[in-house]
Amino acid sequence: MRPFLEAYTAPKKEIPRRVYLTVSALVGISIFVFWSVLSYGELVRPDFLPTPVEVVQAAISGYEDGSLIVNTGVSLTEIMAGFVLASIFAVPLGILMGSFKIVEAAIEPVANFMRYIPVSALIPLLILWVGIDIGEKIAVIFLGTFFQQLILIADVSRAVSHDLLDVSYTLGADRRTVVTRVLIPATMPGVVDTLRVTLGWAWTYLVVAELVAANQGLGYFILNSMRGLFTDQIFLGIMVIGLLGLITDQLFKLLRDWLMPWASES
Amino acid sequence: MAKLRIDDVTLRFLPKGGKPVTALDRISLDVAEEEFSVIVGPSGCGKSSLLRLVAGLIEPSAGTISLDGKIVTRPGRDRGMVFQSYTLFPWLTVQDNVEFGLKLGGMAVAERKRIAKRYIEQVGLEGFEKSYPKQLSGGMMQRVALARALANDPEILLMDEPFGALDSQTRSLMQELLLNIWEQSHKTVLFITHDIDEAILLGDRVHVMTARPGRIKEVVEIDIPRPRNVDVLTSIEFIAIKRRIMALIHDEAVRAMG
Repeated sequence: MRPFLEAYTAPKKEIPRRVYLTVSALVGISIFVFWSVLSYGELVRPDFLPTPVEVVQAAISGYEDGSLIVNTGVSLTEIMAGFVLASIFAVPLGILMGSFKIVEAAIEPVANFMRYIPVSALIPLLILWVGIDIGEKIAVIFLGTFFQQLILIADVSRAVSHDLLDVSYTLGADRRTVVTRVLIPATMPGVVDTLRVTLGWAWTYLVVAELVAANQGLGYFILNSMRGLFTDQIFLGIMVIGLLGLITDQLFKLLRDWLMPWASES
Repeated sequence: MAKLRIDDVTLRFLPKGGKPVTALDRISLDVAEEEFSVIVGPSGCGKSSLLRLVAGLIEPSAGTISLDGKIVTRPGRDRGMVFQSYTLFPWLTVQDNVEFGLKLGGMAVAERKRIAKRYIEQVGLEGFEKSYPKQLSGGMMQRVALARALANDPEILLMDEPFGALDSQTRSLMQELLLNIWEQSHKTVLFITHDIDEAILLGDRVHVMTARPGRIKEVVEIDIPRPRNVDVLTSIEFIAIKRRIMALIHDEAVRAMG
């Protein structure tokens, strides 16, 4: 035990990949075993904690009757529409805001005010204005992610070194070229990292919106399951959200490695 | 006629919430064609600001700077620059970094490939053409930065403590490399450093600057014969010049602390 501790407990030191994976797997298995003991041992009321098999069964029946697929599809559509829409505006505006004082002066005060308003506080207003359809969910995600993205991307743009721009001028670049050929490429790794982080947040806003008022989507699926005390379905809904989050996160990581092999690790 | 003429240049700026500061006070300085000119001075004397003025990246409060008789108003490719910080474009390979300026200038692909190849070879980085900056060491990155500036064939090369961030062994190697390249091209250079050894080793003339407000205190001609290499660092003439410059800088340091 002692050499193990000696070897693998130094701060910020690499450990062998084998050890890394073993530890990750052990923790995962432990959680699963703990859950199984609690549920199969009936240490927790079956109403409150489903067994793993029940969750799998819920997944199968949800797949067969279409409710799982439909609700997942609705949530994915809403999140992608809101997120893509927010990103389309936030990325260029954020890059400009971080590097042009005049844009910063125009946008930053508003953005800073807006980003401290929890988007959940806007939901009642959005329901009044837009209704409870998909449009409202998209609006919630848009407002929730747009201002956060804007501030984060402005920081990325602000962090691009002055010397990098200056050296471009001495190589014969004009202002326009410096923006298109230097500033924008220089921000790209940070932009992708920002998108990756804010997509995770977007899931939160989506589920909050669907919990408040909706007639489809994964948040609705979870809330509806609660009404009938179908904890297996609640578990299923949560796990699907977690899984989708994990997949999109990994996709972003792959995208970054594929598009920007030159970038340093984030 | 001087290649580069800095004529009575003053630079003042207003720090946020502070009193106006005179960073450079009526500086006049000429650099002749094919001259390797060095400015040496204590940190904070404004020597980097002077180089940025020549590059056209900032504007003087008074006075003029002219290159080949033409007054400098903005940055341009006739004044190439190498910075102390690493300024390679991370998303471009070594090859594309060196070609960057040529491409902006609209040069045909074959021509710029040929020129880039020549300068990559000159800085000893053949075989690294397809590497990205993150795969290079600090010394290698500065060699690419030098190749990139030279490939653009500027009228004058401005170097702002380009080896300041490197360890001392690498710095020596870089100094010898620069001496070698300079022997072949005799490019006009204005080089900034706080390292007296470096100034004497590289320069034809060394301008000693005073602490803030920055002024040129004295110009020292370095008559050590070329081609030079790091062996001259221990020669008697080198030490005599070094003693003289050290005394000038020492006076300054004492006065500044006064």
